[in-house]
Parts: sequence; C-alpha cells; structure tokens
Amino acid sequence: MSPANFVGLAVVLFVIGAVGVLVRRNALVIFMCVELMLNAVNLAFVGFARMHGNLDGQVIAFFVMVVAAAEVVVGLAILMTIFRTRRSASVDDANLLKY
Amino acid sequence: MTAGHLLAASQASSTGSSVTFWILAVISGVAGIGMVLARKAVYCAVLLAVVMLSLAILYAVAGAPFLAFVQIIVYTGAVLMLFLFVLMIVGVSARDSLRENIPGQRLGTAVAAIALFVLLLLVVGHAAIGPAGPATARYGTLNVQGLAQLIFTRYVFPFEATAALLITAALGAMVLAHRERLTPRPSQRDLSRERVASEHPTPLPGPGVFARHNAVDFPALLPDGTPSQLSVNPVIARASGGRLGHEPPSPGQLPPGNGTGADPGGAETEREEARP
Repeated sequence: MSPANFVGLAVVLFVIGAVGVLVRRNALVIFMCVELMLNAVNLAFVGFARMHGNLDGQVIAFFVMVVAAAEVVVGLAILMTIFRTRRSASVDDANLLKY
Repeated sequence: MTAGHLLAASQASSTGSSVTFWILAVISGVAGIGMVLARKAVYCAVLLAVVMLSLAILYAVAGAPFLAFVQIIVYTGAVLMLFLFVLMIVGVSARDSLRENIPGQRLGTAVAAIALFVLLLLVVGHAAIGPAGPATARYGTLNVQGLAQLIFTRYVFPFEATAALLITAALGAMVLAHRERLTPRPSQRDLSRERVASEHPTPLPGPGVFARHNAVDFPALLPDGTPSQLSVNPVIARASGGRLGHEPPSPGQLPPGNGTGADPGGAETEREEARP
C-alpha cells in the first residue's frame, strides 16, 4: 500500500461528498454526503499514520468517528423535529430564517 | 529465512494490498458517485454502506485493524441504521425534485467541484507523501495496545472531552425528539364512544381479503367487486403515493371516499339488468 494512493482516493471521495452536499435537496441525503466527506478525511488520516510510522493519525481518525456519531444523532433529531412541524425533509422548505 | 526471502514476501504482500486497494477504490468511487446520483434516499443509504464497508477493508489493509472494526460497528452498524430508521419515519417515497430553485446551481456546483478537486490535487501533489513505513507489530497484532497507550496518555484530555460530547449529544437528541403531550390521552371509554359514534363500529376489513394478493398495500375487494379503501392503512396508502395495489382501479370504479362498497347506483343498474 502507498499513502499517496490513499490520499488520492480520499480527495476523490471528499469531492464527491462535497458535490452531493451542494446538489441534493433531501436533508437526509445531504447528511449522508457529509458522512462520506468525514470518511474520506479518515482515510487520509489512516494513510498518513502509516506513512509517519506512528499511530497518532489513527487516534485522530477514531476521534473523528466519535464526533461524527454524535453529530449524526443530533442532526437526525433536528431533522425529525423539522419534519414533524413542516412535513418535509427538503432543505428548500425550511426557509423561515431566509429574510 | 534470508533478507531476499523477506524482501520477496514484502513485495508480494504489497502487490496484493495494491490490488485490493485498486479494486476497493473503484468500488467506493462508483458507489459514491451513485450515492450522489440516486434519486431515492434508500439507495443512497445502501450505496453509502458499500463505501463504508470498502473503507473498512482499506483500513485493515493500511494497518488499522481496530479502526476497521470500529468503522463497521459504529458507521455501518449504528450510524447507517439510524439513517435508515429516520428514513422510514420521514418518508421513504420522498424523492428529490428535479426543479432547480437556485438558477445555475448545477453549473456552479460543477465548476466549484472541479476547482476543489484541482486545488486538493495540487495540495496533495505538492506535499511530500512518502512511502509507507515498515509494517511493524503496531499495525498488526499490537495495534489496539498502541492505540490505547496513545488515547490514555497523550490524548486523554480529548478523550474525556468526547465523553462529555457523547453525553451532550444523547441528551440533545432526547430533548429534540421528545414531544410533549398537550392533550389528555384518550381513555378506553373515549375510544369506544368514538367508535360507536362513527359509521364503523365493527373492525375495519383487513387488506387483501378477497383480493388476488394479500400484500398490506393491496385493498380488499368487497363482494360487489369494488376495492375497499378502508382496508388499507392510510399511512401505507400515503407512502405508496396513492397507487394502491398493483392494478389501480379506475376512478369510476372507486366509491368516493368511504369505500364501504355501498354503491347504490351501480347495484341498482345491475339489478335492472338482471331483471329481464
């Protein structure tokens, strides 16, 4: 394995996730794309950890996973609340703070 | 075992790992693109599971067995299941609209994505990314011990902070998902009164009875051949987008709204025809 390959794949997945966040309207799918971006960064961390010969990168990736899990829990709860009041999961419909 | 043997073995294993990498890179890239393009949110979740599982295998290849298992257990096991649960509640049938609310959003996204890709590639290209370090036991059998040593010594403060974060997140989710009951809970007396007052004191017909399928979204056929809309749960009727069953009955065939099968006009005409 070579860390450069890992970082390259991480770049590709990160850009795919960013495109998904920008293009999609369903808030759940946007969340999934954010998860994809976090995973891409984790992949780069693991590759760098292997390159440097220590485990610090893996520890950081572990922390990223913990934070991502917490973020998903709160985010999905917010989504549920919005859906309960607005009957929609589309980000275009939540526009009360727009003006 | 000589040094030549060791070198050959390491080269063979590196060939194997690079083959694994390229296969998984293609799989995860294609699944990621499919996730962005899939119109149904459930397909997105399944494709995201594919990406996460291939990343878990990549972690294992890169010498992070602990992270590989955490990836499978936490991400694929917990986070994606949470996504699917919320998807089932929020509505499986909800599709993205194809209408562009912001003019030129797709074009702008394409330009921004290419710019971001080029920028990241330049950054990565300029960075001095060396070859992989030696495959010591820290990337294999002693991986968990090494991680534990780091987490509980150098990273002990962030570790405690994540504990606080997790508790806060759990509390926040409970507070956000909690719904205060504003009206008193209907008692059994209220429910039975309501039932007798309604036009249907008897239990509603089950789905699929006397129909050709017994699926829950297939309305039961009444003795006169009309489908009974009362036999299908309104939630399921809404989830299937109004098309109940596999053969949607024509609008003229459906009694409007009640679906009790009491179609006096139709019954009368049939009787009229049968009389002579």
